[in-house]
Parts: sequence; C-alpha cells; structure tokens
Amino acid sequence: MYKYDNYDQEMVDTRVAEFRDQTRRRLEGKMTEDQFKPLRLQNGLYLQLHAYMLRVAVPYGTLNSTQMHALADIADKYDRGYGHFTTRQNIQYNWIKLEEAPDLLADLAKVEMHAIQTSGNCIRNISSDQYAGAAADELVDPRPYAELLRQWSSFHPEFLHLPRKFKICVIASDTDRAAMRLHDIGIQIVKNDAGEIGCAFYVGGGMGRTPMIAPLIREFVPLDQLITYSEACLRVYNRYGRRDNKYKARIKILVHEMGKDEYARQVEEEFAHLLEQGIEPPLAELERIKTYFQDPEFKTGLTDKADRSDENFARWVDSNCMPHKTPGYVAVTISLKPVGGIPGDASTEQMHVMADLAKEYSFDECRVTHAQNIVLPHVEIGRLNELYGKLAEAGLATANIDHIGDIIACPGLDYCSLANARSIPVAQKISQRFAENGKGETLGQLKLKISGCINACGHHHAGHIGILGVDKKGTENYQLLLGGSEAEDTSLAKITGPGFDEAGIVDAVEKAADVYLAQREDGERFLDTYRRIGMDPFKEALYA
Amino acid sequence: MKILTGNDLLTGLVTWWDGQGWSPHVDDAVDVGDEAETILAREEAARRVNASYAIEATRDEAGKVRPAHIKDRVRALGPTVRPDLTLKPAEPEALNWVI
Repeated sequence: MYKYDNYDQEMVDTRVAEFRDQTRRRLEGKMTEDQFKPLRLQNGLYLQLHAYMLRVAVPYGTLNSTQMHALADIADKYDRGYGHFTTRQNIQYNWIKLEEAPDLLADLAKVEMHAIQTSGNCIRNISSDQYAGAAADELVDPRPYAELLRQWSSFHPEFLHLPRKFKICVIASDTDRAAMRLHDIGIQIVKNDAGEIGCAFYVGGGMGRTPMIAPLIREFVPLDQLITYSEACLRVYNRYGRRDNKYKARIKILVHEMGKDEYARQVEEEFAHLLEQGIEPPLAELERIKTYFQDPEFKTGLTDKADRSDENFARWVDSNCMPHKTPGYVAVTISLKPVGGIPGDASTEQMHVMADLAKEYSFDECRVTHAQNIVLPHVEIGRLNELYGKLAEAGLATANIDHIGDIIACPGLDYCSLANARSIPVAQKISQRFAENGKGETLGQLKLKISGCINACGHHHAGHIGILGVDKKGTENYQLLLGGSEAEDTSLAKITGPGFDEAGIVDAVEKAADVYLAQREDGERFLDTYRRIGMDPFKEALYA
Repeated sequence: MKILTGNDLLTGLVTWWDGQGWSPHVDDAVDVGDEAETILAREEAARRVNASYAIEATRDEAGKVRPAHIKDRVRALGPTVRPDLTLKPAEPEALNWVI
C-alpha cells in the first residue's frame, strides 16, 4: 500500500503543529468559537451531541496492521475504548477532548494518517471497492488512481471552498461494490474498443435530501488525462454551483438544473483549455504510485477447499468470503454487525485482533467497507478454518454479509446533532427479530439501510429496504422505503406510505419480508421480486 | 421553564447552567426566565461553555428536570444504545425517561 514520501509527511506534521497552535489560542481566549470552528472542522473535529467527535480519513478504506493497531490505541487513550467505522470508509471517535486533539492527530501522523478534509466544503476522502486488488472481476486495481486523485485533491487551493462537500469514488469492475453512481463524481476504470485503459465519468450523483443517480458524462477519458478531466468537472461546478442555498449547492443539483448535456459541454470546453495548460502529472507519477500497490507474493499450488464439516463455519464461508483473482485465496469480510450489536462499532480489543489477523493472514492489509465492515483481502482458503476460530473468539464471526442483519446505520440521534431520530436501536431490534424468527438466512441477499435524518448518512435511499427517521411533533417516526440499490443496478428507494413508531417499523420490515417470501420466484432476491411485483402488494400488507 | 445547556469547551461534555456555574446533571438546571441571552453571552465569553443555547423544560414535584425535546434528553443522559456510557450506568430504566 501507499507509503508517505517526505512531502506527505511534512505536510501532515506541519498541519498538526498548526492545529496545536490554533487550539492553544482558542483555549487561551485569543480566538472565538466562530473563528475556531472552521479550523477545527478542517481537521475533522466536530462538536456532536455528547462531546467532540473526530473523523479520521482512511484513504479508499485501506489500512495496514500498524495503522489498525494505532486506531485501537487511540480509542483506548483518547476515547472510551471503541471506534465507529462509517459509510465513507472512515472511522469516527465520539468522546474526544479538545485539549487532547492535537496529541491525537500527532499520534495519527506517526502512522501516516490524518483527519484533514474529512469535513467542510472540499473534496473528501476518495472511496473505492473494498476488494480492490483482490476481486476476481476487476479490470485493474483502482487504488493507484484513487491515490493519484487523493494527492491532487489534498490541499488543492482552488477546491478548498467549494459550494458544498464533494465525494469521489473509483472502481474498476462492472460490479459496483462502492455505490459509485451515488457520488458527486463516480469513476469507473474501463477498457475501450481499442483495448486501452481509461475512465468513464459519472457526475452528479448523491443521496441526502435530493437523491440522484449520476449520469454518464464521458464514456472514456484516457488515463493520462484523468486529473485534467477531474479538474474540469470541478471547475465548472465551482463556477456555477449554487452558493445561495446550501440545500441546492451539491453538484447533483447543478447537473440536474443545467442538464447533463450542457454540463458535459462546459466540462469539455474547460477540459480543452486545461489540456493546453499542461496540468496533468506525468504518467511516471502514476507508475511510481502503482509500485506501492503491487500484488503481494501469492503462493501457488494452494488448496481451493476448506473443511466444511462445521455447519457454522460453512455458513460463514458462504456468506462472508468473496472469490479472489488468485487461485487458493478468498477475500474475507469481517462483519461488524453481531445480532443486536451497534453497526460499525468495534472495541479497542477487536481492532487489535483484526490488526493481528490482517498481519497473520492477509499480507498485513485490511479494508474498511462502505457497509461498515472490515475486509481481509487476501486469505488462503486452506487457513480459513483457523481464521474463523480466531474471529469467533473475538465475537467477530457473524455470518450475515449482505443479509438482513448486515444493516448499515448512521449514528442517529444517539450521537449526531443533525439527527431527528435514533437509528441504532432500530437496527438492533430488526437484527434481533430476524435472528429470533429464523428468517434472516432464508431471505438471502437483503440490504437494509437506516438513516436518522434526511442527510442520508445511512444510505436509506439505496437500501433494498430503507428506513428514514423523522421528527413527528417531537417524537421519533420512521418512514419505510423499498427498492433502492447502490450496486451496478443503481436505483432509488420509494416511500411506502405513512411512517411507523419504533416498534411499528420493526413489524413493518417483517411484513415486507413476508411479502417477498410469499411471492418470490426461483433465484429472485428481495429487490428482484419488488421490481417484478411493484409496491402495491407490499402496501397492502403494511397498511391493511 | 427555560434552562441553559451547552458543551464544556475543554472536554466537549454536556453541561447545564445551575445558577452559579455548569453542572453535568440536568436536574441541577435552573429556570433562567428572561436572562438566557445575558448569561450565555457572559459564559461563552469567559470560555466556561461552548455552543450553548436555551431550551424549554419541565420540573416535576420530585425536582426532576425533563427537557422538552428528545434530543436534549439524549444529551442529558447519554447514548441510549450504550447504557454503560450514560450518566446512570447502574439504572437501565433511565433509558425509558429519554423516550
């Protein structure tokens, strides 16, 4: 994986020193909160319901074991013994003290990590496929391109004060595991008819209060023009994106209002101008970056069979292991969704265990997924039984990936100052209900996503079943949505009708699941059945 | 009644105006009547509180204070999904008070 060079390290160290001085001045009364707030936010430090919250960037979700150990140590030293992995492949700490934040950032910098650009109207952490470099179906490893974009977008002076925040995703397979078309810019690495590798650009997607699926703006951008074309996309947005209304300031609104064809035309115009300026880094830089992402030394002649005599182990393999590009290996997803647990939370001890297992079984690498789980990308099939035993000891062997228990949930009103309703208790109750009634496994793939407010951090628009918490005259109320998908068949979920209280929404989810079980045809997922039979049968069951 | 709340500048933890200073316990909160703006301006300037604001609340016969909005009740107790991290870890029934 990528290693900081002297420039990277110096930039991050300098930023820590700068923030230490800013914090000192705030605590000495030389700065008001109004002056200090944008500075702390630029370093990922929010003030949430109970305390300061720090969001740490995990570039394209990739961590080595040293970094995961460091995240665990931070949870122990500066927080309350746990961290929360997010839908942006980052980690958040909920109980940070302002006076200790500079020391925390210094500890992060020691392991080549930071919290820069995890807040504010700038280009945020670049996200990617959690199986990058491992997936059997990928064209190339997308991470070098994500890293190039990270370097371009870090401290980019022109794009630090955009109309709104900006999220970019890079994938390199036709199967979308990163919600690519629900980003401000979604880039898919593709091959053209001439066999050349380049990038397809989708621009103007997003969730939030106005969800939109990004349209294709350009089918093929040559690799040696990736940064130039990205810059053109951002420039047009920076020039015309609305700054008068924060709810209409995201690029999706601009592309929608301007029309994708006109937006694309203006990007082309800017692109032609920028090509003359010669801003593209030399391809040698991309090649340099690629050297950090070369395959580990995979063994050959490995077995492709594990001992499946243990029923629980076999179920876990079927649910949590993904085909790998190299014979004898799989990518393993560690579920952070135990029955009744808090989605995405991991204790200090669990983080240390995952770091040790990444070192021992996965060439020192792990990944954070947008579904709030952790991946060990390169595990020998012959060692899966051993790995499973160690995960089970740490409470990390739940077999539920992409099933109804693998719920995405934002922190909700238990932690977040923007939320209208609690998300986590709803997730816990649904996960318990479907574990108790035994339907969880029968349902097969069913992606359930919960947000505690319209900002949609829990991706409810993209859930096969989505839940949105709202404030109804001072009490929590939950709307049910059906039919969303963040995958290559991207779609936006639709609201079923009037909302439910906390107990009612759990019953409603079970009723929707029962409609599916009664009506599904061979091989159909919940989403397929919904698309075939439509909303009406579900409404009849829900509101009878 | 109108009470004042905010977060401690150093720790970020939730605090309530008790008439003399800031307390972590909502039951210590006092009715500030129409003095909210004056008190908050003074306390923010002295860096004794951060992100402060006034809210509506009620006090029952036993003296217990209950913020009107669920968000402030969650703030007063702590995350309902981690009773061990609330101000009343030994009283799981306290979670019912939030809802």
